[in-house]
Amino acid sequence: MPIDPVVEYYSDLAYGTALVLYLLAMVLHAVEYSVTPVPVTTAAGRVAAEGNGAVATLAPPDSTPMRGTPERVGRSAVALTGLAVLVHASSLALRGAAIGRVPWANMYEFTSAICWVAVACWLVALYRQGSAATSLRRLGGFVLLPVVVLMFLGGTVLYARAAPLIPSLNSYWITIHVSAAITATGILLVSGVASALYLVGAPAGSRIAARLPDSTTLDRVAYRTAVVAFPIWTFAIIAGAIWAEAAWGHYWGWDPKETCALVAWVVYAGYLHARATAGWRGSPAAWINVVGFAVMLFNLFFVNIVVAGLHSYAGL
Amino acid sequence: MNRLTQLTALARNTWRGLTSMRTALALLFLLALGALPGALLPQYSLNAQRVRTYQAQHPTLAPVLDRLGFFEVFASPWFAAIYLLLFVSLVGCVVPRSIDYARQLRRPPVATPRNLGRLPHHAVSESASTPAEVIATARRRLRGWRIAEGEEHGSVRTLSAERGYLREAGNLVFHVALLGLLVSFAIGKLVGYEGQVIVLANGSQFCNSGSLAYDSFRPGRSVDGTALTPFCVQVNGFTPTYQPTGAPQDYRAAITYQAPGDIAPGTWHPYLLKVNDPLRIGGTRVYLLGHGYAPQFTVTFPDGQQRSAVVQWPPVELATMLSEGTTKFDPPGVTDDAARRTGQLAITGLFAPTAAFRGSLLSSAFPDMLDPAVAIDVLKGDLGNNSGRGQSIFSIDQSMVDSGRLKQVARQNLRPGQQLTLPDRTVVHFDGVTRFVSLQVSYDPTQLWVLGFAVLVLGGLGLSLTVKRRRLWVRVTPGELAGTVVELGGLARTEAAGYGEEFEQIAADLLPPGRAQPPVPTVLSKEGR
Ligand code: HEM
Repeated sequence: MPIDPVVEYYSDLAYGTALVLYLLAMVLHAVEYSVTPVPVTTAAGRVAAEGNGAVATLAPPDSTPMRGTPERVGRSAVALTGLAVLVHASSLALRGAAIGRVPWANMYEFTSAICWVAVACWLVALYRQGSAATSLRRLGGFVLLPVVVLMFLGGTVLYARAAPLIPSLNSYWITIHVSAAITATGILLVSGVASALYLVGAPAGSRIAARLPDSTTLDRVAYRTAVVAFPIWTFAIIAGAIWAEAAWGHYWGWDPKETCALVAWVVYAGYLHARATAGWRGSPAAWINVVGFAVMLFNLFFVNIVVAGLHSYAGL
Repeated sequence: MNRLTQLTALARNTWRGLTSMRTALALLFLLALGALPGALLPQYSLNAQRVRTYQAQHPTLAPVLDRLGFFEVFASPWFAAIYLLLFVSLVGCVVPRSIDYARQLRRPPVATPRNLGRLPHHAVSESASTPAEVIATARRRLRGWRIAEGEEHGSVRTLSAERGYLREAGNLVFHVALLGLLVSFAIGKLVGYEGQVIVLANGSQFCNSGSLAYDSFRPGRSVDGTALTPFCVQVNGFTPTYQPTGAPQDYRAAITYQAPGDIAPGTWHPYLLKVNDPLRIGGTRVYLLGHGYAPQFTVTFPDGQQRSAVVQWPPVELATMLSEGTTKFDPPGVTDDAARRTGQLAITGLFAPTAAFRGSLLSSAFPDMLDPAVAIDVLKGDLGNNSGRGQSIFSIDQSMVDSGRLKQVARQNLRPGQQLTLPDRTVVHFDGVTRFVSLQVSYDPTQLWVLGFAVLVLGGLGLSLTVKRRRLWVRVTPGELAGTVVELGGLARTEAAGYGEEFEQIAADLLPPGRAQPPVPTVLSKEGR
């Protein structure tokens, strides 16, 4: 099927627009963050939460909806993120239309889709948070930061023109396996950011920590997203193995990409175990989650670009 | 103290330590850490050539790494040790938990705690109904829960309910299936094999008669390469399609094959072998892995005798399929060994499917065969095939050239149909090109087991991560004058929070606001454990 360059052009345009919108939303979040008064009780709440794992529900200081500047700015940041996600979705859809298949066969397409999943997951998490959303919302800028960086890299260094698939990638398994991998990676990005912030906030009483969502919320977001992503990641690996059986002659060959995906899986299994092991909840578990995402990123960039394996991507 | 008790205590403690959650965590990390060099360093089993390159580049570090087994991580003893310990830990963890789970299934839910107010979820209200009515309503509302009724003194009645037992079942299935997966994987490695072979796409045949039929063969430990499933494949043609840019789009090999039962009657079945679509003959699979070109040369010796040869020249540049190789000839009719060893010929050089010349330097402009040409050196002398060293069919023995026993006698670019004449009037004619395909044959009888366990792993995981284990207690105390006081307590036994909403819903159903009686129902939900 021939590539439609006009449609591809509009896809690129939407990509750029989404990137700019994410950037603006991130700036708004930063403004919200900096004009939010430092709550006094949170530091104490943090100590309680850290201390015994059980929770004191200290009413968050902003639970009385004080619709001041931070609130307004924060809400517009979320609205802008919502708009950006729609524009970004159209970029993915147009790219798919231009090539007539799912648009994830090279690193540019892959990165773009991961970022989209991450932001969409972030919005869902925010929505499901309901009344506590104000506190959680301050996570927004920190979720958008890696998204903006990744999308910038995707649009510059990794950018590749739309191209048909090489024979070994040309299989319906690319839809199944890669979609699952992308979904899991995007959700785990949100999880990793939440755990990273948990760790940043862990030293009780730090000024940064005081403005962040409270540690219980961060911990819960990290855990719940990881719990959703882990079975999807498991499925992605299994689907990859089934595809490998059809394409390379064995379902598991210790190819660097496979091995690294397994390592990440084992690390996340470690995270889930740590959450169920006395003495490992809280910061140690959060560290494991962050390491898990580091392995995912490493697998996505370093292994693809530097370590050559059977997993080669067209256009990088 | 008795030695024996000491020993048993030691054994018990070791076993406890090994099967504790902490050890499992530590072993999981060791596994992750141990697998990393396997991903980052070149591995013998994947690409021995790259290991050698790495070793040449890191002359001091590489021997140490090699001793530690870092170039063959997944076959190294220490990796096996981690794997085995994890395995033991897993068994030690799963067995007692399964027994415990079976017991739990037979036991009624835990009796109602004395002070429900201290539970994370709690609600009280007064109701006009009688205690018996309240209990009946609660039973109806809690359909699907495991329920046990109790009585306390003062005609206080209680109800204990629990739900979400499938979570633990899912978790156990997950861990047991993981064990099964590891075992089937290991067995598959033991009894399976993989072999690769190059077959000319001009009607040539490959028969799975034994390991010697392959160019390279990797058997499992218990495979000796003799009792392979007999089948034959004949490759009749190979058709690639390319984008205008030269990017490959599709590869197809037209083959016919004989399954084990077809060999005696001599029946052949046609099949179109494609990438991502292997030929499956029983449990044995045949894959199309790659392709390339095999130039054909005919040499006419001064005495008029002719010899032809078609030898695959493997691609050196995948994007353009520029290929490199060697075709070797023995002088015909020479029985004297010394004479033979001065008259051997080697044609070595480059083949381009679409020739592009820079001066007289040959390169390839496109991977498909649009305008083929070769750039060859012809060498004459001793090829060294009697030297005892292993001979590659793809290259000449450079030491023979270095020692002057093999000399270059001509260098020329040829297109199909062209020829060159050597000083001794030997004529080398470039006849044309045949395509070849490289096939892989794989046999792994346990792979369906692995798949089955993988599906169980996934299913168990899904249950275990979505089902919430939670408890609910109801205490019904007759009121001082009339009506009853109904108290509810709830506890989520698992991490996944979100019991709060369900609890509130149950509380709202069981504790009707009554006739504006104080106290109004209070629902206290402390989220977040
Ligand atoms: C190959 C090694 C192992 C892997 C990959 C693994 C993986 C996992 C995963 C992904 C979970 C979370 C999903 C769930 O709740 O079912 C889990 C839970 C659990 N695992 Fe393992 N496991 C391994 C070995 C072990 C061992 C050796 C033990 C015993 C010491 C163990 C005990 C548990 C327990 C108790 C849970 C439940 C935790 C909870 O309730 O959240 N696992 N395991």
